Amino acid sequence: MVGRGTWSMRIFQIMNYSFLTLLAIVCVLPLIHLFAISLSSNSAATAGEVFLWPVDFTTKSYEFVLSESAFMKAMGVTLLRVLLGVSLNMALTILVAYPLSKDASALTGRTVYVWIFVFTMLFSGGIIPMYMTMRLLGLLDTVWVLVLHAAVPVFNVVILLNFFRNLPKELEEAALIDGAGHWRIMWSIFVPLSAASIATVTLFAIVMHWNSWFDGILFMNSPDNYPLQSYLYTVVVGMQAIISSSTDLELLEMVSDRTAKAAQLFVGALPVLIVYPFLQRHFTKGIVLGSVKE
Amino acid sequence: MLTKWRLEMPLHLMLIPGLVAILIFSYIPMVGVVIAFQKFMPVKGLFGSEWIGLDNFRYMTELPGFYRIVWNTIFIATMKIVSGLVVPVTIAILLNEIRKEFYKRSIQTLIYLPYFLSWVILSGILIDILSPSKGIVNLFIQWLGFESQFFLGDNKWFPYTLVISNEWKEFGFSTIVYLAAIAGINPSLYEAAIVDGANRWKQIWHITLPGMTPIIVLMATLSIGSILNAGFEQVFNLYSPVVYESGDIIDTFVYRIGLVEAQYGLATAVGLLKSVVSLILISVSYFLAYRFANYRIF
Repeated sequence: MVGRGTWSMRIFQIMNYSFLTLLAIVCVLPLIHLFAISLSSNSAATAGEVFLWPVDFTTKSYEFVLSESAFMKAMGVTLLRVLLGVSLNMALTILVAYPLSKDASALTGRTVYVWIFVFTMLFSGGIIPMYMTMRLLGLLDTVWVLVLHAAVPVFNVVILLNFFRNLPKELEEAALIDGAGHWRIMWSIFVPLSAASIATVTLFAIVMHWNSWFDGILFMNSPDNYPLQSYLYTVVVGMQAIISSSTDLELLEMVSDRTAKAAQLFVGALPVLIVYPFLQRHFTKGIVLGSVKE
Repeated sequence: MLTKWRLEMPLHLMLIPGLVAILIFSYIPMVGVVIAFQKFMPVKGLFGSEWIGLDNFRYMTELPGFYRIVWNTIFIATMKIVSGLVVPVTIAILLNEIRKEFYKRSIQTLIYLPYFLSWVILSGILIDILSPSKGIVNLFIQWLGFESQFFLGDNKWFPYTLVISNEWKEFGFSTIVYLAAIAGINPSLYEAAIVDGANRWKQIWHITLPGMTPIIVLMATLSIGSILNAGFEQVFNLYSPVVYESGDIIDTFVYRIGLVEAQYGLATAVGLLKSVVSLILISVSYFLAYRFANYRIF
């Protein structure tokens, strides 16, 4: 085989393996560290004794998180949002991607349609006009504002439509001759054949809804309606913003409960950590075929 | 004619829900940018407010620190663009040299992971591990015999902390694109090179890298459009008034003057200028990509 033989090559291989392993560790180590802190006693965490393994193991911080009603309420808002948002996103992604995957000869005005959608990726009114529109529609402080403002994920549409375009034309032609209509072709042929790509964009939609925090802060006047990530922003990160000098900041770090923060962050990251391994093996295939064309 | 229409009609029908949604939630807000030209009063509304032409734009350029903010934005964005090209290309080449399939896939899975966590979660982690008094990074630095550094509270370090932590989140995901490009290289080129006696170094240099050039050029070209996007979500989560001097970017500035100080017209003017410049840059880069790399998004 290739690459065997010379000493320099062998040394390169050893160093390459070590370097990439180190790099992969650097990517997950902070999460493991966070998890270890969340399971340690607060005194051990504050003293900086925790590295990758919990010191004075305790589940106290998780009990605190689960008993914190604001946290659970925010979790409820997020779950509802993910459920509604992902369903809507996926329905609209497929419904938009299918027609746009046709050639201009099969869909009159295709180019115009495409540009109407793509333009929204390039230009937006900005946060203030967006806020005013939502107020005008009476959607502020409801879960619908979070679901609707990103109802059509155009980036996902582009991935899926490129995937659809790569499916053999003959399939569609044969189905048309057999008397199937477009609804039938979309649902019974295109969708099942695009499982990898659909899994990918579903993962993106789930992660997008789960991770969004700024729209919560922008559109919710009452913190009671915050989704989980917005809530986490205010309790874990945002406190920095009200501090005006570096000594205050250090003081804040000292008094705040490090283990409770860690537990809240870990719970906030957990669903993505769970969903990700199941869907990630699809997405290399899904994205690459969808976005990079020859 | 009629049959063609009958066949096509379902396609148009399918597009209606999506069109209605973006009309309401993307195009109507675009109309709202007119407040950039108004002395906007929420009580008077969009149609009752006084028109003041370009006054908001003029006022914007006279703000103290405006050019500082533009500079911060471009400086941070440029560093992110450059590192966002160099790091994933390098990692993709190194990963490609890994022969054990299982090992390669495990590494890939781990390096994509931070990409899928929100900036809230990652910032929570960063604030903790970078803490000057008890964060592991500084404990390590102290252990090495150096003085601990306040990476998030020191104007000297803050922009670099942003760039490095952004790269930590993003590089794994960007690597996918380059790995795909490498996978597309014709294997017979390598076979021929081996017959000619080329070692792995020479193969990387003369086959892998040139094989990736088109996609590297494409990504570099397309990145021109994001020169004014230094990353709102990240900066907003990591900064504090202590580091406004080095870390305040256009988007965070718009948020503060608009929603915190309620200067709606001014904030919209700043945001509009940024959007228009970005739109022009994106169009130019897309045109260049189309022209020279024959790239199309759809």
